[in-house]
Amino acid sequence: MNNTKLRVAVVGAGPAGLYATGELLKNGGYNVKVDLYERLPTPWGLVRAGVAPDHHDKKLITDRLFDFFIENPDVCFFGNIEVGRDVSHEELSDWYDAVIYAVGASSDTHLNVPGEELSGCWAAREFVAWYNGHPDFSGLEFDLSTERAVIVGNGNVALDVARILTMPVAELEKTDIADHALAALRDSKVNEVVLLGRRGHLQGAFHNPELEELEHLQDVDVIVEAEGLLSDSDAELADADWDTVRKVETLRRLAVRPITGASKRIVLRFLASPVALQGNGKLEQLVVVRNALERDDTGALRARPTQKQSTVDTGLVLRAIGYRGCPFPGLPFDDRRGVIENHLGRVGSENDAVPGVYVTGWIKRGPKGVIGSNKKCARDTVRCLLEDSAAGKLRAASLDANAVANILMERKPDLIQYQGWKKIDQQERLAGQSAGRPRVKLTHLDAMTECALN
Amino acid sequence: MAYVIAAPCVADYSCVEVCPVDCISPGPDDGQFEDAEQMFIDPDRCIDCGLCYEACPVLAIFSEDKLPEKWQPYAQINRQYFAQQQTGRTRR
Ligand SMILES: Cc1cc2nc3c(=O)[nH]c(=O)nc-3n(C[C@H](O)[C@H](O)[C@H](O)COP(=O)(O)OP(=O)(O)OC[C@H]3O[C@@H](n4cnc5c(N)ncnc54)[C@H](O)[C@@H]3O)c2cc1C
Ligand SMILES: NC(=O)c1ccc[n+]([C@@H]2O[C@H](COP(=O)([O-])OP(=O)(O)OC[C@H]3O[C@@H](n4cnc5c(N)ncnc54)[C@H](OP(=O)(O)O)[C@@H]3O)[C@@H](O)[C@H]2O)c1
Ligand code: SF4
Ligand code: SF4
Repeated sequence: MNNTKLRVAVVGAGPAGLYATGELLKNGGYNVKVDLYERLPTPWGLVRAGVAPDHHDKKLITDRLFDFFIENPDVCFFGNIEVGRDVSHEELSDWYDAVIYAVGASSDTHLNVPGEELSGCWAAREFVAWYNGHPDFSGLEFDLSTERAVIVGNGNVALDVARILTMPVAELEKTDIADHALAALRDSKVNEVVLLGRRGHLQGAFHNPELEELEHLQDVDVIVEAEGLLSDSDAELADADWDTVRKVETLRRLAVRPITGASKRIVLRFLASPVALQGNGKLEQLVVVRNALERDDTGALRARPTQKQSTVDTGLVLRAIGYRGCPFPGLPFDDRRGVIENHLGRVGSENDAVPGVYVTGWIKRGPKGVIGSNKKCARDTVRCLLEDSAAGKLRAASLDANAVANILMERKPDLIQYQGWKKIDQQERLAGQSAGRPRVKLTHLDAMTECALN
Repeated sequence: MAYVIAAPCVADYSCVEVCPVDCISPGPDDGQFEDAEQMFIDPDRCIDCGLCYEACPVLAIFSEDKLPEKWQPYAQINRQYFAQQQTGRTRR
């Protein structure tokens, strides 16, 4: 074996990029060097900017695992640098033996109903990034003067948002939620959050732990509007899998719980889809159609609209119907799935792969799965890469690590490396300590770069 | 007594990789992994060695007698996961 290391660029420092880095370190036989590119000054992707502030336990993964990967001497973190803007795909594929894209899903799915452009209608993705202090979203202003908010969709993102809108502010004050969001939520008039699931209560997209969490919210009543919920026959449930039965049991417990007149309420509505948003200059009403279930050609249950419509007064609609990947300049894109076209993580099609270019995470599989799903995903991609390397299919890197670092520093004087990120991290934790919070996030690029580079 | 996986689990199977008696499911190559909400420990096979507890990056694993109040139901949930698998009523 020669002593030149396999040099890999990993683009995106979210879970997928970090697990890919970890897999390369573990399986590359001490013979791999990774440069990890991240467009933000901070690593961790959606663990920092997506995972709900009240789910602090899950964020422990950054300290207890991911940090070991980026502080490894064979890994170089390059933050505040966007691939596709500050450096091109062509440059990376020239400079490295291989490139892995782990850029996540930076857009979202639209409702495609009239009135969606009215002010007051947002993607949950925007709201989430805002309350988590993502610098691209910190300047957004959400009008929380409406008494009722409607969330379209009932996946885990929808439940996260519902919790944040209804949790006592005193609870949020103990978390790392962005200060601007805390201030806005203090003045919020929202006292009811309605979640619209387009299919029935047996098809809820939420996970069990997230649904069960609703039973433990303080000062929040939960109302389950699901026809037949309490009379579901055993025959219907006999057909359902274990996860679903557990969900139905939780929904039943919630449904029979007495209403306490709490300050806030969450309403879980099923078989309901938005058909139009209305209002004079801004959103005032949502028109909702009642759905029935039918089986499509593949046998899957889907929602079919009936004639029955109703209106809901609301000034805030958040669509939580899925994130979506964006095309990446220079790489083939599968527009139907919203992913970079790939076969088992090799970019391109099965018979026509682009040599040395790989994908992992949400930009490979689509916007689904929990943090750990990306570990297996990254493992599989890295296996392909190491196989290709062993088979001599990679084109050798044109530059060594130092040459690349020099180009980047010259091109991007505000490049943020590991030490710079650590300064941000320390400042945030220190600010948190005095406030009894895990951290107080820096939420503006200027503040972040100043902290990192001074 | 056995160890129990509770709500914070992010399904990264670090515990599966270290368990000496292979009593944590699903693993990454099981059919059920893709849709798994979390991993579970089979209380009848767990030998209480605590290796998984050390390995978990989000501290989702507890010895049954130390399960926090809010996660008490998870002892039963972990057990049920294996019981339902034996009766063949798995996810479709
Ligand atoms: C709101 C929300 C809450 C969630 N909560 C949980 C939870 O509680 N538990 C759980 O297990 N899972 C949760 N998930 C799922 C989990 O976050 C995802 O599975 C995971 O983050 C996907 O990883 P990824 O690395 O593919 O994408 P991301 O996490 O999105 O990471 C992509 C990274 O790439 C960077 N990037 C993008 N473009 C470029 C570029 N051109 N150049 C350089 N860098 C770039 C981005 O800035 C980002 O840091 C949640 C998801 C969402 C949306
Ligand atoms: N705490 C956590 O562990 C956590 C938190 C957040 C996110 N995540 C993970 O991140 C992933 C993404 O979560 P997500 O909530 O964005 O997605 P999701 O779980 O796929 O849920 C999407 C929801 O939108 C609905 N929907 C889709 N298109 C629609 C349309 N056109 N009109 C109306 N409704 C529509 C879906 O209904 P149908 O079911 O009918 O399609 C579903 O209810 C998931 O894998 C999730 O588990 C995990
Ligand atoms: S305590 Fe030991 S035997 Fe039990 S699940 Fe954990 S690793 Fe396996
Ligand atoms: S190590 Fe922890 S987070 Fe990972 S699968 Fe096991 S219990 Fe879940």
